[in-house]
Amino acid sequence: MNFEAIKSIYVFEMARLRRTLLQSVISPVITTSLYFIVFGTAIGSRIQTVEGVSYGSFITPGLIMLTLLTQCISNGSIGIYFPKFTGTIYEILSAPVAMTEIIIGYVGAAATKGLIIGVIILATASFFVDIRIAHPFMMVLFLVLTAITFSMFGFIIGIWAKNFEQLNIIPMLVVPPLTFLGGSFYSINMLPPFWQTVSHFNPVLYLVSGFRWSFYEIADVNPMISLGMVGLFLVICLSILGWIFKTGYRLRN
Amino acid sequence: MASVVSIDKLTKTYENGFQALKGIDLEIEEGEILALLGPNGAGKTTLISIICGLVNPSTGKVLVGGKDVVRDFRQTRSLIGLVPQELTTDMFETVWNTVNFSRGVYGKKPNPALVESVLKELSLWSKKDNMLRELSGGMKRRVMIAKALAHEPQILFLDEPTAGVDVNLRREMWQLVEKLRASGVTIILTTHYIEEAEEIADRVGVINGGKLLLIEKKAALMKKLGRKQLRLELSEPLTALPASLAVYNLTLADDGTALIHEYQGEEGQGAIASLLSTLAAENIHFRDLSTRQSSLEDIFVALVGEDA
Ligand SMILES: Nc1ncnc2c1ncn2[C@@H]1O[C@H](COP(=O)(O)OP(=O)(O)OP(=O)(O)O)[C@@H](O)[C@H]1O
Ligand SMILES: [Mg+2]
Repeated sequence: MNFEAIKSIYVFEMARLRRTLLQSVISPVITTSLYFIVFGTAIGSRIQTVEGVSYGSFITPGLIMLTLLTQCISNGSIGIYFPKFTGTIYEILSAPVAMTEIIIGYVGAAATKGLIIGVIILATASFFVDIRIAHPFMMVLFLVLTAITFSMFGFIIGIWAKNFEQLNIIPMLVVPPLTFLGGSFYSINMLPPFWQTVSHFNPVLYLVSGFRWSFYEIADVNPMISLGMVGLFLVICLSILGWIFKTGYRLRN
Repeated sequence: MASVVSIDKLTKTYENGFQALKGIDLEIEEGEILALLGPNGAGKTTLISIICGLVNPSTGKVLVGGKDVVRDFRQTRSLIGLVPQELTTDMFETVWNTVNFSRGVYGKKPNPALVESVLKELSLWSKKDNMLRELSGGMKRRVMIAKALAHEPQILFLDEPTAGVDVNLRREMWQLVEKLRASGVTIILTTHYIEEAEEIADRVGVINGGKLLLIEKKAALMKKLGRKQLRLELSEPLTALPASLAVYNLTLADDGTALIHEYQGEEGQGAIASLLSTLAAENIHFRDLSTRQSSLEDIFVALVGEDA
């Protein structure tokens, strides 16, 4: 293992993220606050409770997931896309570093930033609503596994993307609908049976449901199934990355 | 001398089916300065990229320090520093950070004193806290060199280092190259400027169309292929060459006021003494005499032209 290289990439990436931290923290904090004001206070005052939890508290885990997914995917993808785009990637590719080390550096930095922002959103939320965390260990586990998995997913997009449009299309067009339809703002038990079935094909449902369970012990699907699904996504991303190492896909050809 | 890079039957076919290298065999000796000459698209950058691990080879083998560049990439890449052809820099980083980053990704412990000396060597010390976008093109080029030297490589690749570089920087660069060579670093550079190869290289390789046309010690190359010309300015014009001079390769020029003797490399030199004594015997006197040697450029143009 070339630890010095992992450290260099990680520190370098974190320095880049630090430069943009203000804007990348302020915007999700404002967005989340708006959600709380609109959904939590204005609409939520009419909804009262969902499965015994106040509506504002109910949506908090989903909002954190929404931000975490978007941030991890976009940081993970930009981190590797940018050097590819400017050409500075030559240096990492000609250095004595294995792909594993490159990924640990980039994905680690993207996941770290996602987690920092996730925690900030959680803190913001606690100003608006009552937060109770029933299973702190499981909560952290869900948070960390999701951050790592989706930073890897971002990394894969960053390697695949040939232009900025492709780079942005998944975080902008795919993730928000999946999150909205994945039970961030409602329990899928509120849906007609047909849409409940459809929702089970939405991967984000499992993340949000499991994560919410770690807070309030209410879930749309069994939390162990949720954890299994997160594990499955992780394995899928790892396999794609493994294939990328082997073939040098869009990097060494 | 031991070879530090050894290339065996190397070919590269890009994804689009284009064959950029068509079987290259090359031994690069430890401590030498090797210049690779070749027109645009010859395959120079492709060759370097494979040695450095940027591009996967299609077939064939490359050993660096006796290790395979694909299988033992950690050992081989640690030995190598690369200054690529394209100027690519992280615009928003400082000089100091980017050079230290380079050292780090090569797995070396931080060494501020060494980085400082590299930056001073390249007259970049005063710019160490500037962002790269604030530097001129030539300075960015120097940063690229500093990045390549930050991990103390044993083999340095310079891919067209002097493209877009002014005379001063070019001088400085060659001084640096000499200094590195003196410290035992092997240097491989590509260039379009033949004078450059002529000036600093020990050996010259000519690549065209993905093939290595020739690789030779510069001096030997000049000797073998360099044509020489002896020009005599005659005191009185001649209308025709006397029969006794027919054995020499002579032509009359400028209305008979000049006599030109063409000969090739070493073997022709012996003839000059006898030519001069024959001229004296024929009572042909000359005012002045000059010799000219064909440059690498002439050799290069002849070679590449022949191949095309
Ligand atoms: N990624 C690529 N995909 C397909 N073809 C490529 C690729 N890179 C280079 N080539 C082709 O391979 C050939 C050799 O290119 P290379 O960059 O090695 O030439 P070069 O000798 O460095 O030229 P120059 O003096 O212009 O830098 C060219 O015909 C080029 O078009
Ligand atoms: Mg080139």
